[in-house]
Amino acid sequence: MAPSAPPGIGLLKGLGVTIKHLFQRPSTLMYPHERDVLAPRTRGVIALMDENCTVCMLCSRECPDWCIYIESHKETVPPAKEGGRARTRNVLDRFAIDFSLCMYCGICVEVCPFDALWWSPEFEYSEYEMGSLLHEMDKLREWADTVPPPPPLDEGAVLPAEVSDALAKVEKERELAAAKELEAKQAAEAPAETAGDAPKKGKAAEPEIHVKAGEIDQEAFDRLIAEGKSERMARSKAKAAYVKKEKARLLAEAEAAGGDAEAESPAPKAAEVKVDAGEIDQETFDRLIAEGKPERMARAKAKAAYVKKEKARLRAEAESDTGEGTGADEPAEVPSELGASPEAARQALDADGAATDDDAAPEVAAEAATTEAPAARKLGDIHVEGAGEIDQEVFDQLVAEGKSERIARAKAKAAWVKKQKQAKLDEEGGA
Amino acid sequence: MMLLVTSGVAPYLAQAESILDVGDTFIVPLLLKLAFVLGIFFVGPLVAGYLEHKAMGRMQHRRGPVEAGPFGTLQLVADGIKFIQKEDLIPSAADKWVFAMAPGVALVPAMLALLVIPFGPGVFALDLELGLFYVLAASSVSVLGVLMGGWSSANKFSLFGGLRAGGQLIAYELPLILAAIAVAVQAGTLSLVGIVEAQAEFMLFGTGINLWYVIPQLLGFGIFFVAALAELSRPPFDMPIGDSELVFGYMTEYSGIKYAMYMLTEYAGMVTMSALMVVLYLGGWQLLPGVPLPGCEAAGGLFDCGVTGTLLGVGVMLGKILLLVFVMVWLRVAYPRLREDQLQRIAWLVMVPLALLNLALVTIAKVVY
Amino acid sequence: MSDLDLRQEFLAGTAPGEDIAVQLSGDGQFRTADMSLSIGPAHPATHGVFRIVLDLDGERGREARPVIGYMHRGFEKLAEHRDFRQIFALVNRHDWLSGFSNELGTALAVEKLMEFEVPDRAQWIRMLLAEWNRVLNHLMFIGSYALELGAITPMFYAFREREDIQHLLESATGGRLHFTYNQVGGLKIDLPKGFLAESTQVSSLVRSRLPDYFDLVLGNEIFHGRTKGVGPLPMEVALSLGVSGPTLQAPGLPEDPRVTEPYLKYGEIDVEVPVGENGDAFDRFYCLLHRIRVSLDIIDQIHDHIPPGPVNSKLPKMVKAPEGATYVRIENPLGQLGYWLESDGGRTPWRLKMRTPSFSNVQAIPYLMRGQLIPDAGSILGSVFFVVGDIDR
Repeated sequence: MAPSAPPGIGLLKGLGVTIKHLFQRPSTLMYPHERDVLAPRTRGVIALMDENCTVCMLCSRECPDWCIYIESHKETVPPAKEGGRARTRNVLDRFAIDFSLCMYCGICVEVCPFDALWWSPEFEYSEYEMGSLLHEMDKLREWADTVPPPPPLDEGAVLPAEVSDALAKVEKERELAAAKELEAKQAAEAPAETAGDAPKKGKAAEPEIHVKAGEIDQEAFDRLIAEGKSERMARSKAKAAYVKKEKARLLAEAEAAGGDAEAESPAPKAAEVKVDAGEIDQETFDRLIAEGKPERMARAKAKAAYVKKEKARLRAEAESDTGEGTGADEPAEVPSELGASPEAARQALDADGAATDDDAAPEVAAEAATTEAPAARKLGDIHVEGAGEIDQEVFDQLVAEGKSERIARAKAKAAWVKKQKQAKLDEEGGA
Repeated sequence: MMLLVTSGVAPYLAQAESILDVGDTFIVPLLLKLAFVLGIFFVGPLVAGYLEHKAMGRMQHRRGPVEAGPFGTLQLVADGIKFIQKEDLIPSAADKWVFAMAPGVALVPAMLALLVIPFGPGVFALDLELGLFYVLAASSVSVLGVLMGGWSSANKFSLFGGLRAGGQLIAYELPLILAAIAVAVQAGTLSLVGIVEAQAEFMLFGTGINLWYVIPQLLGFGIFFVAALAELSRPPFDMPIGDSELVFGYMTEYSGIKYAMYMLTEYAGMVTMSALMVVLYLGGWQLLPGVPLPGCEAAGGLFDCGVTGTLLGVGVMLGKILLLVFVMVWLRVAYPRLREDQLQRIAWLVMVPLALLNLALVTIAKVVY
Repeated sequence: MSDLDLRQEFLAGTAPGEDIAVQLSGDGQFRTADMSLSIGPAHPATHGVFRIVLDLDGERGREARPVIGYMHRGFEKLAEHRDFRQIFALVNRHDWLSGFSNELGTALAVEKLMEFEVPDRAQWIRMLLAEWNRVLNHLMFIGSYALELGAITPMFYAFREREDIQHLLESATGGRLHFTYNQVGGLKIDLPKGFLAESTQVSSLVRSRLPDYFDLVLGNEIFHGRTKGVGPLPMEVALSLGVSGPTLQAPGLPEDPRVTEPYLKYGEIDVEVPVGENGDAFDRFYCLLHRIRVSLDIIDQIHDHIPPGPVNSKLPKMVKAPEGATYVRIENPLGQLGYWLESDGGRTPWRLKMRTPSFSNVQAIPYLMRGQLIPDAGSILGSVFFVVGDIDR
């Protein structure tokens, strides 16, 4: 069975194997100094995006060791209009995961119907005492910034229904947009311009989200790195800081502009974003490579540098523009544009939808939630009462496009509300 | 040492003059020699331990220590400091005095053995006429400390470890001594310095080719090496410790500084045994057979070498010692442990007959030529 | 109380679970007593809290009694209060080195009870990951067995390979030990892009490093001396004790559910079953090492077979197995794993009985250790390949 060899050969072979390894590069990863790149699916820590949480308690109920604590209260939203119906909604007060109990099975992440829970590969959160492993909402929210985008699936895989639906939607939208543009070009007349405008608007909402995803607050980033935080951590925090700052800035701008003009302020941003997506700042990239940084890091930094530069440039341009711009923009223009045609309304809507349920990098969704907030508030100014009415036209069209009935109904409903609002706005404008 | 020097045992001292004998006073050479022996005793094991850590790490596709000091060189110093800080536990059922004394009993002989080993041209504390005998006798005392530790711990695993160590020593002392006797027979002296001298003068059967004893006595060298490994309880003969069988053998109940003393004994033993092998078989501090060190061509290439020659000689000696230590480490990395009964069988059925054969051959050759 | 008295009390003292009658032999002034040596529950050779009480005459053991149960966590009972989604997070923990295989067994049991056909792609991927899991497990035991015999190096090599494989599996499942990748009806999510290419690469890497183990351990004369003829387990005894896996293959019985009762798609590929001759420790290790090679062969075959398609199927939100009972057996890395699943039609199993390979394998220990030396006890203990969590559940 065992090969019969002259005695001693086995001993010599053993010496050979070990001496061979003496001259090989050790496979040690010098952990605190070098860090492994963990797979995006790694179950390191559970992140919470509380803005997505509807307090449905599914995660808490499904958890095999009951380590998720949720507290909430009901809040009554006053009716928007006199005589309307007051609504109640759940407001999340506390969301905590006890990682000393958690067995990292991932069931909570799996069952969450609103994409509020995510896995992050971060794992450096050991503590000196067990109690500190209870992560409260703010901590869980911080983890959300470290969630990587999910990896693409294998070639032979069948995409999950929601992904393939979203992809089909985007595809259709692109076709439609192309058709519209073609139309616009052919028409080349004044009314056609508005039609051409609409898809642009619709598109703008989508890339706006993408731009932000990659941006970080360099200042905060540098500070955190200096403090010895891991790069990923620092990046995520810096990202959060950026979002916060940006939000504050936008809010301030909006306040300064007043009224409906706030809807306009993100517009230049949107355009700026569009440019950046995959490009990098070659100069920065070369410098970083020369400094011996790994290519991936250099690329990411260069990208950030490019975005920063570009942003500065665009902002300068935009500022010089605003002089004429503000005067020209009628407050009512945006909504009227949105409502100009059911087509445009649907597109704007779809863009929002695509952003949230598309490939759904949580950051993307988060940005969507934060950046859309002002717009939502604006739309919320006008309340339309209705219980279940749908825009039949839109509904038929969507069904014809092969959408499932449920989706079509939901969209049609939204379209109906938009239309109503639009009508109201028109009325007010007329008055 | 002081006893030997002061009580007029001059006849037992050989002729060679140590370079540490400076001045006419009694105290200066004594302090110098003490410093020398203690220096070797404490630095040697550190270097050997570092070599073991590093070489073992690399052979196992790891890096070994990297954090403490440059390239991890201070790892063992850090370990020592840690051991000193640790709590010194004595089991309640232990025989306290014996338990406390045992590591010392193991440690001191390892230090004493270094007294007579020459580390370079004139670099030694003492050149005893009975040097070889003295080294072997002193190093065997160590096992007494191991036995004491094993017995007094009141732990079954410790007891097994201690008894295994005792059995192992008895079994392997014999081939070790028989192999060493063959060297003494060939050299015609028991003085370690004398043996180095003899190797420098040894010509292969009158051909004029100078050779170290490792060539004519390859068998003896092999026996000595294996027996030394067994006596030091180095893998693959580490049954007294046998961590997967006996938890940690006779050291199971030891902690803190006492444990460190046992470990120091092991590594000092490695250095001592390696040095002894270099002296007996590998030509001591000679660079190459028949090539005198620079600076001391006049005095037969062995003594009065001046500063450069002396330093080079010490360097050569240390290099050879580390090479042997490396081989010991290499064996540890590559091999599993033998079983106690297999070890005994090898000792009595293989090693002792071979050692006797070696001795007979050497004696015959010596008589014939 | 003198020291001597203390020592005698110490030697004769009994600890819980240890019913020792110290035999005194001889008469007159010099009476001797057998020493009782408790190996474990915390001993380097037992890989966990497993304990063996040895009655010793010198270094030779007279009798060996395994004491198990230190790690009982009540998985079977816990499973009765977890729904069919949650039990996967439990079962991959009783044998923590074979997480995927355990999940697989559970999934197969539930699916069998529901008479549910899993998509082809899911079955192939399950096979692929189960084989990788087997390689992971065997590498661990190769390292630890060599360590038991005093060779430290194979452990480090094995962990280097394990790291590569775990990295691979992590990219698909998100876990390194507890994969939780199976679910009733298939797998949670499809493989990520590039997984198969990486799998091929890791497979050839591990294959290229296998000769190191053959040279360093299997071919070593000292290793032969320590294992050949040590703890032979004759076929009849092996069968009567119900051991399985490498421990059963070592006496020469090519029993392996992958071949004798193929599940998943094992019927469509070649599975070689390495067998030994004498059933001693050497043969057990020999089988284990060759099973790695066989698993790598299977992995390479699977790479060419995975069809495109879905990996899971639409199931109701709350999976309920119909009333009834079923038994599923699969080849876990350490031997035959069986799940007896009984359902009363509810959302949790009514009973989930585990027939774990480690539990059956350790039954051979009293037989094997009778009259052996202490060092051989380590050699035998390591060679029956068990995971303590899998014994105690």
